[in-house]
Amino acid sequence: MPKVEYVDSAGQSSIIDAVAGESVMETAVKNGIDGIVGECGGAASCCSCHVYVRSEFADRFAPVSELEDDMLEGAVCERLPSSRLACQLVVSDDVDGLIVDLPAEQL
Amino acid sequence: MSDPGVLVVGASQAGVQLASTLRDLGHEGAITLVGAEPLPPYQRPPLSKAYLAGATTAATLALRSPEFLAQRDIDLVVGERVLDLDLDAGLGRTDAGRELRFARVALTTGARPRRLTVPGADLPGVHYLRDVRDADALKEALPLARRVVVVGGGFVGLEAAAVATTYGKEVVVVEAADRLIGRAVAPQVSDFYRSAHERRGVRIRLRTEVSAIIGPGRVEAIVCDDGTTYPADLVLVGVGAVPRTELAERLGLQLDGGVVVDAAARTSAPRVVAAGDCTVQPHPLTGEGRVRLESVQNAVDQAKIAAATLTGTDAGAGAVPWFWSDQGDLKLQIAGLSAGSDQCVVRGDPDQERFSVLHFRDGRLTAVDCVNRPADYLLVRQALKRGASLTPDAARDERVELKALLAR
Repeated sequence: MPKVEYVDSAGQSSIIDAVAGESVMETAVKNGIDGIVGECGGAASCCSCHVYVRSEFADRFAPVSELEDDMLEGAVCERLPSSRLACQLVVSDDVDGLIVDLPAEQL
Repeated sequence: MSDPGVLVVGASQAGVQLASTLRDLGHEGAITLVGAEPLPPYQRPPLSKAYLAGATTAATLALRSPEFLAQRDIDLVVGERVLDLDLDAGLGRTDAGRELRFARVALTTGARPRRLTVPGADLPGVHYLRDVRDADALKEALPLARRVVVVGGGFVGLEAAAVATTYGKEVVVVEAADRLIGRAVAPQVSDFYRSAHERRGVRIRLRTEVSAIIGPGRVEAIVCDDGTTYPADLVLVGVGAVPRTELAERLGLQLDGGVVVDAAARTSAPRVVAAGDCTVQPHPLTGEGRVRLESVQNAVDQAKIAAATLTGTDAGAGAVPWFWSDQGDLKLQIAGLSAGSDQCVVRGDPDQERFSVLHFRDGRLTAVDCVNRPADYLLVRQALKRGASLTPDAARDERVELKALLAR
């Protein structure tokens, strides 16, 4: 099982055993990680799963689509080059040990 | 004896949220969450979109993991329907004969699809789409059908029509009103969806009611009130949802097209709160009238309010309603409520399939309908949240970005 580490804006870390094929958002929501809401269930429609992906993992995911790009522009917290919507990041063994940082606020 | 706690009736989006927020807010008594469907809680929105299209599986529909509920000490009962509640005795009973003790009750019973009552409506081949069993049945039948008639031009019908079209089916949508999704969006957006679906090969018939479904053994055609007949191997009915209020009725709660609740999610009975599709509530932004909101956002936010009421904590300000609908490659996102608006401004170009309609009432921004313009949607959602507005005249000037117009 690939592990995903979520670090909240206060620096508190939670490590979750993820299921390959599920998204970083789904993994968080099913396991009650505060700071990721995922209200639309992964349709890139609500912008409530904004995360910052640590740079060493950035290129292991599919690139940002036009839709995700538009959504990230409207994120509540600052958009950084590492910003992604967690619903668009699929967990695989290839990203075992993934670390994402959570913004202080979601929409 | 331990605290008999809170009984949450209905284990979908609102019920699960209410139970988990109760714990987050420090509720220490028992929490029992009862769902009539045999599956653990799952998400409904993908059923008419990605799930129907085969892009997601049943496993990914789950709302929360079993560990999540266990860690929060939430007792989940699935596959049983609560039949009776005795508020004075604090005792409930399910159809399996299970007895449930409680001090207070949360009704999150949701809604059921409105049924067609015309002759032939119960023929095999007539489908509805509300729960995962409906979706599975439709998913199985769709590849075998050639001609599909969708009764009802609302969100469920149009989303499913878009999926059926991508399967290469001949699709006809029959809608009784004079425009599509008329309750939710501006006329310009209705007109756009009509043209956009027609461009993708869907036939749309407005101002048309179904008067019969023809068999004999299974559906073969539908007959409309204007005398036209459309051959069909599969009929999907999406003509709205009816709140499940049977329990509320038995409890003698005030009803008005749903369980009447106040802004704090309180029903007319002191120990009962309610949230989600089964409720009617004051407008969340203006406090006026009574609205019934059928959305994930409302289920989640109203459930949080109900949990706050049960624990005596402050629920904070009312949330901004929002909604989305994916119809093929068209993403509709709505923020705010446009009902009662008196003016609209279109930004962008419907012919390019990227535009937004801003709604105003008395010159103030009330809502936005965005088609493939997610940035506008997010901007307006945040603006409504902080009470920002702009004038219709300012909105008309497309040389100025919406972001700049809403900056103040």
